[in-house]
Amino acid sequence: MSAPQTLSLALRDSSTMGRRNLLHARRYPSLTLNLLLTPVMLLLLFVYVFGDVMSAGMGGGGRSAYVAYLVPGLLLMTVGSTAVGTAVSVSMDMTEGIVARFRTMAIHRGSVLVGHVVGSVLKAVLSVVVVGLVAVAIGFRSTDATALEWLAAFGLLVLFATALTWIAVGMGLGAPNAEAASNNATPLILLPLLSSAFVPVDGMPGWFRPVAEYQPFTPAIETLRGLLLGSEIGNDGWLAVAWCVALVVLGYLWSTASFARDPK
Amino acid sequence: MTGSAIAANGLRKAYGDKVVLDGVDLAVDEGTIFSLLGPNGAGKTTVVRILSTLVGADAGDLRVGGHDLAADPQAVRAAIGVTGQFSAVDGLITGEENMLLMADLHHLPRREGRRVAAELLEKFDLADAAKKPASTYSGGMKRRLDIAMTLVGDPRIIFLDEPTTGLDPRSRHTMWGIIRELVDGGVTVFLTTQYLEEADQLAHRIAVLHDGRIAAEGTAEELKRIVPGGHVRLRFTDPSAYRSAAAVLTVAAPDDAALTLSLPSGGSQRELRAVLDLLDSAGVEADELTVHTPDLDDVFFALTEGATVPAPSKEAVR
Repeated sequence: MSAPQTLSLALRDSSTMGRRNLLHARRYPSLTLNLLLTPVMLLLLFVYVFGDVMSAGMGGGGRSAYVAYLVPGLLLMTVGSTAVGTAVSVSMDMTEGIVARFRTMAIHRGSVLVGHVVGSVLKAVLSVVVVGLVAVAIGFRSTDATALEWLAAFGLLVLFATALTWIAVGMGLGAPNAEAASNNATPLILLPLLSSAFVPVDGMPGWFRPVAEYQPFTPAIETLRGLLLGSEIGNDGWLAVAWCVALVVLGYLWSTASFARDPK
Repeated sequence: MTGSAIAANGLRKAYGDKVVLDGVDLAVDEGTIFSLLGPNGAGKTTVVRILSTLVGADAGDLRVGGHDLAADPQAVRAAIGVTGQFSAVDGLITGEENMLLMADLHHLPRREGRRVAAELLEKFDLADAAKKPASTYSGGMKRRLDIAMTLVGDPRIIFLDEPTTGLDPRSRHTMWGIIRELVDGGVTVFLTTQYLEEADQLAHRIAVLHDGRIAAEGTAEELKRIVPGGHVRLRFTDPSAYRSAAAVLTVAAPDDAALTLSLPSGGSQRELRAVLDLLDSAGVEADELTVHTPDLDDVFFALTEGATVPAPSKEAVR
């Protein structure tokens, strides 16, 4: 088969698998909705319960200033939360007889996985929109951002979602069951708590700063903040993109290698 | 019949130290039903998983649909359809959505996909349940949906791994009808089963897999000739009558505990009359007379002895 034929087969089968994934999400929305609860609850908790204390500790500005600080981090946390759902649903899917059927069909090998990624990224974008709407409802405003900055912010969210989703697919394939997949994916929820999502890295103890700095969430959060609120981005933009590209490549290679192995 | 749809030579597969297939040879003619029989754990499913490209073989020259399995698995996949032992339907979506998913993956144009899906759902008596999630289907319905999905791509070679295990007798007969119809249409069917009756009913050729090898292969009739011929069994209630009969029927194998005598016989009228004449001459009458012709059960137990619990009634014969 020639390269263009292979590509067109890959695209066609992947979009079929993506539709299957979205059909699952539409039939059983509870998994997606449950994953939204954590970021929304954290948003409300940190704004209405801890908001005054947090903003006082960060140089004032009151609750509304803290809403602005918090929202970019929570949007990316929402992406991490969706990725946990991906790991669980991939792991569950692999135990289904239908995946064995897919393996015996003349379809593009990777399309099963790409379908999960496509579906999950769309779910992540939808989840981010929901959390974003809650944020706007409680006072988040991004009046200074230009159309180009909005576009870049959206692009960053999609890229970040793609990166975490490919990693989550690898985690799901490597797990013997759904519980293990969920455990494997826990770092995707924990990492944002250890990042600059809730407090600036400057305010953290010295020994802890490297943990916050050398991980994908912090540069991505700082970039999103810069795009939406006009704060300094500096190197964080390139760092965020580099992290995302590296995670996509790593996750893709890991996932396709796991899937290529003979099933048990 | 123009050649072999499926051919395996020296197929080997081991999982760790455990050798599952130790040099399996088979050939299946186009347009025929081939049945692989064997006790649980004999490796039937492993053969299907390998021939359907799901897992790799350790060694062996394997061709399916004229394509080499190792060199061109995608070409093999384009020629085959597989219905595994465990239902290969997507339980989260409806029966119709499952069918349309298959149509999309076979790259059928939308209109044709809808037509094929609707036709097969109708044919397999699933039209009423088409809009319900497949997870709510009964076992028989799931199996029918499974086969219907396999047929969407119009495969020329179909692997059916224990297609009737767990089905009630009515569903089993429905499934047999489906399989016969497929072969009438020129499809080659590779069937594994643990029901000997199923193989006897359906298969043109039967192979018995035992200890990782093909223990015997042939038509049902050929296999039945492997085991000693039929026998006549006489049962008595009166011990003295039993002893008198045993004295005249010297070729019979006696079973003193059960008061039965078994003697080799093809079951013809002439042979039976000879036995009855001998009994008459001794002045005894059997309480029960049964004629046994060898069936696949006998073949199966003869070939796989030790691997399964032997049927006591068969032991008395030998």
